[in-house]
Amino acid sequence: MTTFHFPRWTNHFKLLIPAGALGGVLYAIVFVWIGFSPKTLAVGYAPEQPIPYSHALHAGELGIDCRYCHNTVEDAAHAAIPPTATCMNCHTNIRPDSPKLAALRESWKSGDPVEWVRVHDLADYAYFNHSAHVRRGVSCVSCHGRVDQMEVVSQQEPLSMGWCLECHRNPDPHLRPLDQITNLGWEPPAEGVDPATLFYTPEEIHPRETCSTCHR
Amino acid sequence: MTITDPSAFGGQPSGEDDPSVRLPLIEGAGENFTTVTEAVASIAEIPVERTNRAWIICFAISLSLLGMLGLLILHLITTGVGVWGNNNPAYWGWPIVNFVFWVGIGHAGTLISAILFLTRQNWRTGVNRAAEAMTIFAVVCAGMFPGIHIGRVWVAYWLFPLPNQMAMWPNFRSPLLWDVFAVSTYASVSLLFWYMGMVPDLATFRDRAVNNTRRVAYGIFSLGWTGSSRHWHVYERAYLLLAALATPLVLSVHSVVSFDFAVSQLPGWHTTIFPPYFVAGAIFSGFAMVLTLMIPARQFFGLKHIITMRHIDVMCRILMATGLMVGYAYSIEFFVAWYGGVQYESFAFVNRAFGNYWWAYWIMVSCNVLIPQVFWSKKLRGNLWVVMIVSITTNIGMWFERFVIAVTSLTRDFVPSSWGYFSPTWVDITMFIGSFGLFFTLFLLFLRFLPVVAIAEVKTVLPQAHAHGDGHGESHSAGGSAAAPASRHDA
Repeated sequence: MTTFHFPRWTNHFKLLIPAGALGGVLYAIVFVWIGFSPKTLAVGYAPEQPIPYSHALHAGELGIDCRYCHNTVEDAAHAAIPPTATCMNCHTNIRPDSPKLAALRESWKSGDPVEWVRVHDLADYAYFNHSAHVRRGVSCVSCHGRVDQMEVVSQQEPLSMGWCLECHRNPDPHLRPLDQITNLGWEPPAEGVDPATLFYTPEEIHPRETCSTCHR
Repeated sequence: MTITDPSAFGGQPSGEDDPSVRLPLIEGAGENFTTVTEAVASIAEIPVERTNRAWIICFAISLSLLGMLGLLILHLITTGVGVWGNNNPAYWGWPIVNFVFWVGIGHAGTLISAILFLTRQNWRTGVNRAAEAMTIFAVVCAGMFPGIHIGRVWVAYWLFPLPNQMAMWPNFRSPLLWDVFAVSTYASVSLLFWYMGMVPDLATFRDRAVNNTRRVAYGIFSLGWTGSSRHWHVYERAYLLLAALATPLVLSVHSVVSFDFAVSQLPGWHTTIFPPYFVAGAIFSGFAMVLTLMIPARQFFGLKHIITMRHIDVMCRILMATGLMVGYAYSIEFFVAWYGGVQYESFAFVNRAFGNYWWAYWIMVSCNVLIPQVFWSKKLRGNLWVVMIVSITTNIGMWFERFVIAVTSLTRDFVPSSWGYFSPTWVDITMFIGSFGLFFTLFLLFLRFLPVVAIAEVKTVLPQAHAHGDGHGESHSAGGSAAAPASRHDA
């Protein structure tokens, strides 16, 4: 039996070994960096909802304030999803027979809530407080994007820890007067925001960056 | 290796007791290149149906324990680290003890293969391959424990400084991160060293292969080795370089492991003696494990003439020497605790010897310091039962050393309100036993399928390899005939 040696043509692949080793390490780094990131995994998530509710119509065209439905946002950690009753305030009279609202009428009759699908889902170990942000001059738009222009709500920002830290380290660009919080189309004046109109100036706000700020 | 001390083979011995003459490293008349190859290669070439019965029984037991370990890890991952006894204040329980225990064992291999190679200790050739294999398998067992100790194994990659969406990095000032690098470097260099040293022997296996599977499998792993002078030239330079690279690692790895403890502020951990003390302990336990493995292996596989009583004698002496170093460290710790005059430090050490865990402390002292003293006697060094028992008690003692260090300090820190008592759970105990299953499964597979002795290196210490006068300036015109046993003591 002849002994087994590598055929001569395999010599061409010798360089592949170090290239593969180096490439493997690079691949692992890029895989974790990009592949595990919510930028890849979560941005653009736009689940189908039980009712084709259009934020573009209600918040944009009709100009209903965010807080009309998400009424706890200024006072609680959680921004409430409105109960069926909130919808029925108007829809008892406006388009009560629209086929798109079948699920709403069903819910109104049975008393079971409409099962909305959560779009912005933070990890359970991250404690996010809406009121802490909104009451200090961070607008809805900073995290949720132009919801007032969305037919179907989708996640715009990664909501990753690195992304949170970016703002905690440099909050200035996201501060605005408290009366403009829910005005998603607001642009800072060309000469810059007048600090006197802010609840906290950039010098005062000091958002914390310790682990226990968010992981308690 | 061709780098050998020629004087080792010079002179005509006047008798076994003549101290001016070194005895040949390979025993038995008529040993030559062919018989050495035959002795080692035949172990791996036995047909499956004629596998050594002792091997099959050992393998069945090891594999069952490995299976048990797998199930336990599954239980741990699906339930959480609460299945262990680790809890406030002893968050570092058996997993860290087992980790240090296994990493320590993994030190003898590279010491034998690298440091003894650089210092031209030719006797290493008989045992270095198996010791290196033992090193790698011990490091595998060691690496497992911190891996599962983190609790959420699916984020184990957080141990490495990879850029990530959390903008989170490991703490570069933490010895736990240094540990990740130290152990992974050690594992990869040891693996490379072991594998590279094996290439010529794998080629021998390939050339002797009797079926296609073996021919191709050994053929691939022997990387096209032909045994040409050019191959040997490159190989020996690479081996020397790797030995030089691996040498500092022998000392650095366990030093870094000791930093896990020494860098903290806890009384009983915060001592400067830890790095050398840990390294000595590691070599101590490593040699004990080499003895525990090699004595049965040489018995069962007919390698008594290659792994000789002299090897065992030398390793017993190393065992005793390192045991004395460890004993010295124990006593110096007490001295410094008293001499330093810090009440917490004094308390920590008195508590070790006479506190809740006094039994663990005294098991440690008896096994590590007292029992190895039997090796002062040449007769006892020659009694394999004694050697076997001492090597096993040494590893028991070294496990208890890590237990004593980790647990006594954690359960008795500065504030009595945070004192506690650590008890292991059944998962702790069975997992530790299971890690032996992993270790022995790998080692038994190695014994069965790979060259357990560095065939090529052993040949270099045969007298036939030094037929040309061995540095005495005489030349034999006949040359060193490989098959001439008469040339054994030629001069």
